[in-house]
Order: sequence, then C-alpha cells, then structure tokens
Amino acid sequence: MQPISTHLLVIGGGPGGYVAAIRAGQLGIKTIVVEAAQLGGTCLNIGCIPSKALIHAAEEFDKAQHYASGSAIGISASAPSIDLNRTVAWKDGIVKRLTGGVGALLKKNDVQVINGFARILDGKTVEVKQADGELVRIRCEHLLLAAGSEAVELPFMPYGGMVVSSTEALSPETIPQQLVVVGAGYIGLELGTAYRKLGAEVTVVEAADRLLPAYDAELTKPVGAAIKRLGIDLRLGTSVLGLNAGGDGVRVREANGEETLLSCDRVLVAVGRRPRTGGWGLESLQLDMNGRAVKIDDQCRTSMRNVWAIGDLAGEPMLAHRAMAQGEMVADIISGKRRHFMPNAMPAVCFTDPEVVVVGMSPDEADKAGLDVISANFPFAANGRAMTIESTDGFVRVVARRDNHLILGWQAVGRGVSELSAAFGQSIELGATLEDVAGTIHAHPTLGEAVQEAALRALGHALHI
Amino acid sequence: MGIHVIKMPDLGEGIAEVEVVAWHVKPGDTVKEDQVLADVMTDKATVEIPSPVNGTVTSLGGKLGEAMAVGAELIRLEVEGAGNHSGESAPAKTATAARQHTDKAAPGGSDTVDEFIPITVAQPETVVTTVTSEATAAPAKAAPQRPATPAYTQGGSHDAGPSHHGRAAGEKPLAAPAVRQRAWDMGIELQYVTGTGPAGRIQHADLDAHVARGQRKAAEGDRRYAVLEGEQAMPVIGMRRKIAEKMAEAKRRIPHFTYVEEIDVTELEALRVQLNARYAGQRPKLTLLPLIMRAVVLAIRKYPSVNARFDDDANIVTTYNPVHLGIAAQTDAGLMVPVVRNAEARDPWSSAAEVARLAEAARSGKALREELSGSTITITSLGALGGIVTTPVINRPEVAIIGVNRIIDKPVILNGAMVARKTMNLSSSFDHRVIDGMVAAEFIQTIRGYLECPATLFVE
Repeated sequence: MQPISTHLLVIGGGPGGYVAAIRAGQLGIKTIVVEAAQLGGTCLNIGCIPSKALIHAAEEFDKAQHYASGSAIGISASAPSIDLNRTVAWKDGIVKRLTGGVGALLKKNDVQVINGFARILDGKTVEVKQADGELVRIRCEHLLLAAGSEAVELPFMPYGGMVVSSTEALSPETIPQQLVVVGAGYIGLELGTAYRKLGAEVTVVEAADRLLPAYDAELTKPVGAAIKRLGIDLRLGTSVLGLNAGGDGVRVREANGEETLLSCDRVLVAVGRRPRTGGWGLESLQLDMNGRAVKIDDQCRTSMRNVWAIGDLAGEPMLAHRAMAQGEMVADIISGKRRHFMPNAMPAVCFTDPEVVVVGMSPDEADKAGLDVISANFPFAANGRAMTIESTDGFVRVVARRDNHLILGWQAVGRGVSELSAAFGQSIELGATLEDVAGTIHAHPTLGEAVQEAALRALGHALHI
Repeated sequence: MGIHVIKMPDLGEGIAEVEVVAWHVKPGDTVKEDQVLADVMTDKATVEIPSPVNGTVTSLGGKLGEAMAVGAELIRLEVEGAGNHSGESAPAKTATAARQHTDKAAPGGSDTVDEFIPITVAQPETVVTTVTSEATAAPAKAAPQRPATPAYTQGGSHDAGPSHHGRAAGEKPLAAPAVRQRAWDMGIELQYVTGTGPAGRIQHADLDAHVARGQRKAAEGDRRYAVLEGEQAMPVIGMRRKIAEKMAEAKRRIPHFTYVEEIDVTELEALRVQLNARYAGQRPKLTLLPLIMRAVVLAIRKYPSVNARFDDDANIVTTYNPVHLGIAAQTDAGLMVPVVRNAEARDPWSSAAEVARLAEAARSGKALREELSGSTITITSLGALGGIVTTPVINRPEVAIIGVNRIIDKPVILNGAMVARKTMNLSSSFDHRVIDGMVAAEFIQTIRGYLECPATLFVE
C-alpha cells in the first residue's frame, strides 16, 4: 500500500475542518480532509442548520394555528396540518444543498476529500478506512484535529428506543404525544419549544434552579415567560433517575425530594456535548488534555509539534463560528503567517422563542472581573418595529466601562435578535465606545434602533424612553 | 448654550506666530476649566493653553505643526450661558441663542476674548532631546498621529467623557482585528503598544509610532537574524523642529573650536567628600557641578570675553558682568537648559540648591520663562555618561560651552612615581570668530588650576 503524502491533513470535515482546508487551499497548501460521515459536521448535518430548519417549520405551523383561533391582525385560517415527512425532507434538502456546497468549495480550492474513518498512527501518519473497507495511509507535515463533539449520554438512560439525542430529534418520523426533555440548556429548550409548537406535550426537566443556566436571570426571564405561555411544563431543580420499568415514563426527583413519574413516549436527552476523543487513536499521541478536551494554546497548537486542534474537540465554547475562525487561523499559521486566536468577544445565540444573544461580558461577569461598568437596557416595548411584528418582549442591554465607555458586552432577548449579533460583535471587536454606537445612525424602523438606544441610555440620554 | 472662542494668546517678546505642537482635545470632547487644550510653541518655549471655561469643543482652529498668528482662533467651545462669541460660522441654532444672550448681557461686546489666559512654560529652547520616558513624552510623540479633524462626536450633556489616553498596565490591549493582524504580520506584540484611539484603542498609526520608537520586541521563535523591512517617516515638528533648526544654525554659523584638557580631580573629589560628610544633613549634598560652576565663575573674572553673547547679524558682542550659567539638564522631554542667574553671587551650596530647584522645575514643566533663557555661558554634563571626549554644540548666541566628561581612576606619573589619580576631561567649544584659541586655552587652564587646587576656589 503506497502512502499518500500531503502537507496538511485535516481530520474531520465539520465547520472547523472544512474552513481550515479551504483557507489552506487558498494559500496553496496541499491539503487532505478525512471525513467519516458527511462534510459539514455536526453543524450542517445534525446541529445548527437542521435545528433551525425544524424550528422555522414549527414556528410557521404555530403561526398558522394561531390564525386558526383568530388573531389581532385580522387573519383567520382553517386549522392547519403538517406532513412531518415532507418537513423532514425539506430540511434534508437544505442540509444536502449546504454539504454539497462545502464539497464544491473544497474541490474549487484543490482540497482532496477522503471519505473514511481516520485512525491516528502517530503525529504524522494517519490510516483511513474507506467506505469500501480499503485502508489508505496518509503522511503529513501538519496534522489538524477537528473531530468535533458528540452528545453526552446518561449512563443510566442510554440512547436507544424512546431515548433519543438531538441527532434523532432532528429527523422525527412522528411527533410524540408526550415528550420529556432532559436539560434546559439551549439545545433542550430550542427543540422542546419546536416540538411543543408541532403539537407534543412537553416537559423540560432541569437539575439547576433556572433555565439556560449559562445566562443571567434577567436575560432568560422572557424565555421562561414564553415557555410558560406555550404550555411547556418546566421542572427546575429536578433530576432524572431513569426510565420506569414499564418503559413508558421517566422517573424524576423533584426539588422537594419527592420522586414522581413523568409519563411519556419519547425522551430527548440534551445534557450537553463532549469532545469526541475516543475511538480514533487520539490517545496514542498522548497529548496534554484540558479535562475531556484537547489542550491548545492561543494558536491552537497541541502539546505535540505540528499537531493542531480546533473546534469542539478543543473544548468550550463549542460553537461552529469559533471552530471556523480557529481553522482559518491555523491554515494561516501553517502558511507562515503570525496569528493568534484572541477575539475580544465570542457571540453565542440561543434560537429559543424569543431568541437570546450574548456577546462579550454581562454586567455580572464584568463585576467579577473587577471592572467598574455601566449597563443599560432598552426594551423592545419602546421600539416601533417590534410592535409591528407583534414581538415587544425582550430588550437590548449594553455593558461598558465607566471610565472610558469602552463597550464590553451586549446581551439581547427578543424575536429576531440573533441577527443583532453582527452589530454586537463588530462594535466590540472594533473597540467601539458607547459614543461610537450612539453616534451611528441606525435605520428606522428596525429592531437595531434598540442597540443605539441602549448605548444612548447608558450615556444618560436615551431618546425614546 | 453659547460659543466661547479662545484665541492664540500673545506670548510676548514680539512673537507673531505660534506653532501648534499638540492638541489635547478634539471636537466633541467635554473640557473643564483649567484643562489643558493644546500645546503651542514659540521660539522660546512650549506653552500649555488651558481652558478658561467648562464646555464642549466644537472645532479646532489649526492643524498640528501649523503656525498660527497671535490672535487667530485657536479653539471654539460650546458653553453653558452666553459664551463670548456670536460668530456667523457657529451652528445656526446655537448662534441665534448666543446672539440673544450676548445682546442682553453685553451689548457691543459680543466678540471679546478672555484677555487673561494663564500660561505655564513647559519646555525651553533645547539643544538635544533624547526621549527616555513614554509617559511624559507621549503628547509630543503621539501628536503626529492624532488627527486634527474630529474622529467622532458625542452628545454634550454627560459629565464623564471618556478618557483618550492609553490603558492601565496589565490591561488587555484593545485593537480592531485588522490592526491585530497587521501587528502580528509586523512582529509586534500588542501589549507593548500604546493606544491613542478612543478608550485606548490601538490604531494603525500607533503601530507605526511603535516601530518608529524602536520598541519592537522580539517575537517568539528565533528572530535575532530576521530580515527587517519597512521604514517610518515622522514629521519633524514642534520641539524637534526647533531643536533641528537651532542645531543646524549653531553649526552653520559658528566655527566651533573644541579644546579638551585633562583635569586631576583627586583633591577636588576628596574635598567634596569631606564637605558632604561635615555638613551632612545641614546643607545640600554637593556634586562636582557646583564646584565646577564656581571655578568657571572665577575664571571668567580673568577672561570676561567668554561670558558673552554674539549677535552675529548686528555684529555686536556683548559681554556681561553677571554670570548667568546655563546648566544643561536631562529631562524626560529632552535636554533643557535652566539658568542659574548670578552664579557669581552663589556659594557652592547655594548653587547646588538652585540647580536642583531648576532641574526639578524643568522636569515637572513648571520652570518660568526667565529661568530657561538669558544664559551667558553654558555647562553641559552627562555625569557617568559623560564619555571621555565630547564636542559640545554652542548654545547660540553664547560663545562658549563647557562639557564635563566622566571621572576615571587612572595611573598618573606624579613626582616620578606612578600613583592612582582621579582624572576628568573638560571638553569645551568656543565661537572662534570672537574667541581666539589662546584665550580659550588660557580660560580652560585657569579652570583647571582652580579645580586641581580646590582651596583656591574658596580663598581667592
């Protein structure tokens, strides 16, 4: 068997891996990507994109139902129905178009894609078992580990049968009557909400005492209210014990210590994701680890020379845009450029209803960092555009240093606020001050005006509140 | 709201034009009374222009490096109340308001300017500038990068305007992604770069300034033999331009005659140590300088022609009876020459105290104009950095400068035996047009006589 030689070998064709490969191709670096499943990784196939498609479908269905019972706008419609198979096929079509696009981009940039399962032999050699069972050995100068993450399994309630992970939940054949969601993080709430809108009775079980525990209470309050309005049963401070003997319910221990049974016909376990470190020879490299993740420095170097790690494999925050930025940077470094991964802020979005977006520091985080900050909210209730889209819940919040007004963070909750993340990210990354944003003309009537108004309010002279 | 116009003050001495060397504010900034708005420079000194009122800057009257006439509009502020101006160029809304106010308050006097603007002389005419400290030299250095046009505007009503200086030590550097990337490409570590943008943001110009300052730190990896590329153009304005002009003029006009003599300062040092021990805690500690000053004063009595100023345009040499001794002093902003007036009337301790006072005043920028001008002869000393020989440049229009080199322990043949002595060179330059070599040599030899037999400094 003749080994193939390449300069850069990327293990994993997800957002981190394929972006690194495209960039490397642009820079004239000979690059091979090994992908065991479909290009695009979790994000395109079983994460961001399909979940947003399903959420959109659920929203549309919910809206139609809303019209069926009469609406303030004056639209009425007859009771809608949904053909779940077509919904899933539509979603799969989007996924296919995107993953196909990734393949085309890689090809355009002269990146070779090998479909197969990689196993590391040493820091410069990888063996790939292709789909037809044939083994191919690849030698490389630089090895980029981008194997991603997998859903965490509960040992006492393994996946299988009616217990599913987010992957299966994104391609349902039927909508369950009663769904129990374990975990009130963003995955659990996004999917729980979608299923509720598609007609399931949903109970969300969370061990912590509030939902979206990663975010502050003020920010998540509108989400909690909306969930309640939707009729989702949220059980906080409640831990899951396992399935009942009959296999038609989940046993939980409630906050008061009482054990109860939540009857259900499906359980979605969404208790987090962990780096995919097992089963592909990673341990043979004996890399330094950071908990379960591969330890990296600010250039994504591992403890072994010319072995790099990016994305979910390298730990939190497990976000596609982080992996992409890291991948691009590693390709630059390999081409001889000096680069560091040191963004001022990492945006994160929850596509709950309403959406939550955070970029940079919250007031609490700034306080903990010992910074003297000012923060100000601007509620969508005072925003014209929000009223016209029947969505006045939520607010935009800015956090800035008191001494020089440097903007440290933005948070927002409300319908459609995920798109504000671009403005938030830019202002922080460019080092904007409150005056910069306050002095930028924002188009009227848009939700974005709330961004400017939040900055004005922090300066003590908001115009519309 | 009214408009308050501050005009370029008359800085005296028949000065008609003044150069703006630093703006400390920009349009949109909120300023408080006494806050420094700008540094302007005449031939003699850099002067800080403070704000006489609280207000918001609406426009600046000139660009950096621009020579402005005395009386020209330097800066325009928007102030509470009437202000002092109702010019047509002000924004229509506020102009109307201002006119109404002024009509009521001061009929006919709507275009007056504050007559009294307190000024602080920050820097004198200088001979050499070596920038050693980033902090105090920052305004002058950062000046070329700071845009004279408004970078942004801000609402006027809040009190705590953002500060525009660099960040505190240890704080994460703030730079836009493009600036970060360029810094990495240039091999610059951002934590060493001073940011002059809003909130201490590092801008492209700051990277250029950083490179120009030569503070480039070796990056990771072996960069010791890295090929360096690029160049940095820095406009020579303000203090630097004055220095350049003065140096060129001194060298162009004056045929320098430099004379170096070795002085045996063993006895002088012994005396100095004894005096310091005897008067410890009672009198200021003596360095060698006040003793040399005394020797110069005494030598001038015999050779008064070196204590002079030569007006070479009028062809008049003026010799002076008092000795106003310029003492070149290194400060963070560069070399300054504070003047010990009537050095002939001071004993060594009084001289030492006066030198210390003047040096401190010069360093803190509080020296008065008369303390920084009018010298009749100058001593320049770099102390331990004095080297063995220097070729000092005469502080024109003076005709002589005495350079003090460092003290060296060396073997000397004395009375046929080799002994260890402390020796020191004096490197002095004279204007050969008016000082003949013979006079110069005799003057220095006289100083040498006093220094080698220090009792004569006191007994006469």
